[in-house]
Amino acid sequence: MSQYKKAFKKAFPYTIPVLTGYLFIGIAFGVMYAEKGYSFLWAMLMSVLVYAGSGQYLAVNFFVPGISFVQVVFLTFMVNVRHIFYGISLVERFNKIGKSRWYMIFALTDETYSLLCTTKVPKDVDESKFLFAISVLDHSYWVLGSVIGAVAGTLLPISSEGIDFAMTALFVVIFIEQWIDKKNRIPAIIGVTMATISLLIFGANNFVPPAMLAIMTLLFVGRKKLDKEESICH
Amino acid sequence: MPLSVKMSLLIIVLVAITTFATRVIPFLLFPKGKEIPKTVQYLGKVLTPAIIGMLVVYCLKNTSILAHPYGIPEAISVLVVALLHIWKRNNLLSIGVGTVLYMALIQCVF
Repeated sequence: MSQYKKAFKKAFPYTIPVLTGYLFIGIAFGVMYAEKGYSFLWAMLMSVLVYAGSGQYLAVNFFVPGISFVQVVFLTFMVNVRHIFYGISLVERFNKIGKSRWYMIFALTDETYSLLCTTKVPKDVDESKFLFAISVLDHSYWVLGSVIGAVAGTLLPISSEGIDFAMTALFVVIFIEQWIDKKNRIPAIIGVTMATISLLIFGANNFVPPAMLAIMTLLFVGRKKLDKEESICH
Repeated sequence: MPLSVKMSLLIIVLVAITTFATRVIPFLLFPKGKEIPKTVQYLGKVLTPAIIGMLVVYCLKNTSILAHPYGIPEAISVLVVALLHIWKRNNLLSIGVGTVLYMALIQCVF
């Protein structure tokens, strides 16, 4: 069995939660985009090239006459700005990987980032191939979901309202896993509290940048104590 | 389609490039072979749990706690996911039950 085939086989079970989540929220995106008058090929193109959940939800609103390109770039940047911080925690790890890291950087969504950081690589499989397999699998679920949504979403026999809760549930699960591991509980608490406070002050559309700022500040203030904690991302 | 093919393609390419930019910036700042500053190493370690905490809030950001149904469906569902996961530690079970419960709550109960 080739090394890659083995890596994909090993990685698949870990990606099942993302499979469920991405099918659901991908379908929701496909439905929304199709309602704008775009065929499934367009949904597929966007999911292959952009590959961002909230980014694509937002992007659906760009397809109106008179939209300014500056606005497209600005809003997209704002909704995705949190990704900058994902890279920071993966720089060391990704720099050990060959050319395939460029694809993995492209494919660094919230969900893939969380998986890459919290999954323990099985002993008998090459780490970089395993991580690459997770990235490719997640991306394919996303494309598949959006195509299904664009083709058949409107034909679903039951209302899909609320189906995107799968993503919330996935992050709650990852949060709990991390909590049970007893690693880095203080940063976790900082993340939840600062985000909540920022949300209450700045509202749903603007709270991420101030929340990140507050989180970074507190992490620096508490560095002496927190630096002793174990890493979960390396 | 509300826009021409050319315009639509242009928008998709712009969104794609901007999204990729937010993901690639750290790797351009700290390329292979360049020593990563201690501060960045530290951040890399403690940022992950903090960001995952923030993402939970991010997913719930559009919940209105001041108007009906006052965030009750979200609160119940998140609690069920958390307790179920502490009990069984089965990702698929926790996510599946939580999602179906949430859908039922917002569609049929509230």
